[in-house]
Amino acid sequence: MNAFLSLVAVLAVMLAAYVGTGVLDAKFLFGTVLPYAAIATFLIGFIYRIVDWAKSPVPFRIPTTCGQQKSLEWIKSDRLDNPHDTIGVIGRMALEVLCFRSLFRDTKMERHEEATVVYGPGLWLWIGALAFHYSFLVVFVRHLRFFTEPVPYVAVLLQRVDGFFQVGVPPVMASNLFLLAALAFLFARRLWSPQLRYISLASDYFPLFLLIGIAGTGVLLRHFVRTDIVNVKEMAMGLVSFKPAIPKGVHWFFFLHLTLVATLIAYFPFSKLMHAGGVFLSPTRNLANNNRMVRHVNPWNAPVKVHTYEEYEDDFRDKMKAAGLPVEKE
Amino acid sequence: MAGAHKFDQVEYYKPEDLLALDYRPPETGWMDTPVDFRPGTWIYPGKPKHLEYLDLANPRQWAPTDENWKLPENWKEIVLAGIKERLEKYRSFKIFMDICVRCGACADKCHFYIGGGDPKNMPVLRAELLRSVYRNDFTTAGKILGRLAGGRELTVPVIKEWFYYFFQCTECRRCSVFCPYGIDTAEITMMARELLNLLGLNVNWVIEPVANCFKTGNHLGIQPHGLKDTLTFFADDIEEVTGIRVDIPMNKKGADFLFVTPSGDFLADPGTYTCMGYMMLFHELGLNYTWSTYASEGGNFGLFTSHEMIKRLNSKIYAEARRLGVKWIMGGECGHMWRVLHQYMDTMNGPADFLEVPTSPITGTRFEHARSTKMIHIVEFTADLIKHGKLKLDPSQNDLLKVTFHDSCNPARAMGILEEPRYVLRNVCNHFNEMPENTIREKTFCCGGGAGLGTDENMEMRLRGGLPRGNAVRHVQQRHGVNRLTAMCAIDRATLTTVCDYWAPGVKVAGIHELVANALVMKGQKERTINLRLEPINEVEEQPICEVEE
Ligand code: HEM
Ligand code: SF4
Ligand code: SF4
Repeated sequence: MNAFLSLVAVLAVMLAAYVGTGVLDAKFLFGTVLPYAAIATFLIGFIYRIVDWAKSPVPFRIPTTCGQQKSLEWIKSDRLDNPHDTIGVIGRMALEVLCFRSLFRDTKMERHEEATVVYGPGLWLWIGALAFHYSFLVVFVRHLRFFTEPVPYVAVLLQRVDGFFQVGVPPVMASNLFLLAALAFLFARRLWSPQLRYISLASDYFPLFLLIGIAGTGVLLRHFVRTDIVNVKEMAMGLVSFKPAIPKGVHWFFFLHLTLVATLIAYFPFSKLMHAGGVFLSPTRNLANNNRMVRHVNPWNAPVKVHTYEEYEDDFRDKMKAAGLPVEKE
Repeated sequence: MAGAHKFDQVEYYKPEDLLALDYRPPETGWMDTPVDFRPGTWIYPGKPKHLEYLDLANPRQWAPTDENWKLPENWKEIVLAGIKERLEKYRSFKIFMDICVRCGACADKCHFYIGGGDPKNMPVLRAELLRSVYRNDFTTAGKILGRLAGGRELTVPVIKEWFYYFFQCTECRRCSVFCPYGIDTAEITMMARELLNLLGLNVNWVIEPVANCFKTGNHLGIQPHGLKDTLTFFADDIEEVTGIRVDIPMNKKGADFLFVTPSGDFLADPGTYTCMGYMMLFHELGLNYTWSTYASEGGNFGLFTSHEMIKRLNSKIYAEARRLGVKWIMGGECGHMWRVLHQYMDTMNGPADFLEVPTSPITGTRFEHARSTKMIHIVEFTADLIKHGKLKLDPSQNDLLKVTFHDSCNPARAMGILEEPRYVLRNVCNHFNEMPENTIREKTFCCGGGAGLGTDENMEMRLRGGLPRGNAVRHVQQRHGVNRLTAMCAIDRATLTTVCDYWAPGVKVAGIHELVANALVMKGQKERTINLRLEPINEVEEQPICEVEE
């Protein structure tokens, strides 16, 4: 049901783009207004969310430690999984963000006969997530060739490496295939596993459909619809140089792709996709486990009602004296 | 099930019934599946007198099975205002509410889910119980789209569900290890329990110890003279085993260090043997230390109530160290106690600038890693002693024991004291085997009874939550003949005893310093023939002491 609603929502976006540019001639709306609005929403929204998070203080230092602490000299501490200083924390965060360290730990529970439960490695999510994020990154960087003049060397290089199979004209990009395969996998596991299906909300399927739509229309544009690349580049350059213009000859199908991208960008700050920013602020990961070495200050550390020693002794003085325990007041 | 036994007795539950596990979620969506308060899976509410004593909200007589929970009139406002306040005070809470992608990596990591199969015990869904309300009332998408955006209105049934499931989380942080963003469901549970407390919803197994601790200085409510009697009993037993009379310094001004341990060690076997172990070690080394009756609790059930309550109870430790004029503080073997001492104490009640950096009077080692809090773990202290060859140990005195080690949740995942206990154990016994890799160290499984859940009326959940740990113990029992599970935690020593009796019968539980003391060769001792449990330390005749096969 949640998956279906999300699919409908994505199809509705595509339909709107088709009607707007293929039937009516609202190319200005879809080619200029919408992209600018989306980018503006993204920038403002993203910054707002980060600032909003940052406004809440971190009252306690609560890293989740995943290895040996730094204590006695002769015991080797685990600098990356249980960092005790800033360098260690940077290392830990880099591993998280670049290699998805924690997902790599994943185990899969399996019931064996009788009372046995075993925990084997469960690396599929790690592989799928890495494949998705990195191919997405590559596709993103390759797109720079539309928005820049001269085109940065990375984009050119990636374009070459990516097409190294030399299959087809224009060559098939490996990253596109990886991206689609990874997305298909992420989607399939949500539907396949009864537990995942149970926890998935519409907002878990929606970005997946959007991304599949984006990658799908992208591939179609490259290999089948064959819109005029020169015109697309002209339009993209117009957008980034704030002199928007819609050249003739841009196929309506291109606007499906563009509108889906704009939707993703605008949707980003309001959704779980903000994990991309939030992971950097997660207090269980970005703090050093140096709690006993350096005092952490809580900005709102408020006084609380305590039971003082004097009150305690008043309560128990006679019993203490009878037991021969020293007291402050006789 | 059934028979002559009641739901708070182990015998009531047959393993084959508990193991008839079905991980398939129900037909109805989780927002539409009401909570079922079946006996054995929830805990009695806090008694009004304790709430009154602690100035907590809404003291009254009630039961979770009642239709009417007697909530305050404006309960909804209270909860929503409580959420808002906490979002502003804790970045952790806000981030964890916002960034979960429901990838499910944490789903099969919770011992309650593994042993119970209830989908709301998947950490992600436990968090969603609160997150859905957050989305509905605090996010733009939720305010507009409601249920479509995963939002859900806050109603009385939702509060009931919170009470049930947030008291089915032991705040063990295992899920947090596996989450790609480190989302810590324990932190979310802590927030949820604070919110529940605003309405007077808490459990007696937590609130009674809290009230006791506030008044008497320890969870068990042992009064000063009672503590003295207890320690004197221990000294008698030690004398019987070793022929040596250890001294018991209490509330002593000018001692080098204050020693604080969980009060569980005073009351019940097998924790008591560990406590005797501390006393023997300190006596043998001739240390100038002191116990305190005012700060006679290292544990802190405030951790299972609210941040404010942590601070109220924890304040005694530094206050007493200052009053007695000690130089530094040492803590005994306890799990959640060390979460508080390591991650909260200095921030809440520090700075401890009136103390000195802990330094071992025997080896001269300065414990630089505790230079701010001024508090070290006894196992750190003992590991240092052994490394410097300052203890005379005869590990063969533990030869009847085939030992394994259970990493307690908090020392493992909120501190990282993993090697010290292993080093000590390898030096005090000859037979040591690890449990499977995915069940130890940072991936260790909870005993199933932490965070105030270790009470008998919650027996079904304790046995279910104990299944993963019990399984791993049984594995090494069958493979290596393990008959002793060691743990540095007072709650473990109580709850794992039940878990082992049930899932790995024949394995007994012990603290590290019980084994240290049994191996310790003391100056002027008589020949050791029995251990602290008053059991022979060598095999009598041919009979093995424990059946390995089942
Ligand atoms: C530490 C960094 C990151 C980690 C560990 C991470 C992890 C993940 C995981 C596990 C998923 C899969 C969700 C699923 O099961 O469906 C996911 C999805 C996604 N991530 Fe990331 N991510 C990170 C950073 C980023 C960044 C920097 C972006 C930037 C654009 C991003 C964008 C996305 C998108 C668009 C999806 C797909 C939507 C979805 O599946 O719901 N992520 N991420
Ligand atoms: S592992 Fe983290 S992100 Fe994934 S479902 Fe669990 S809490 Fe959410
Ligand atoms: S903290 Fe422990 S008990 Fe709580 S949800 Fe996570 S794994 Fe389960």
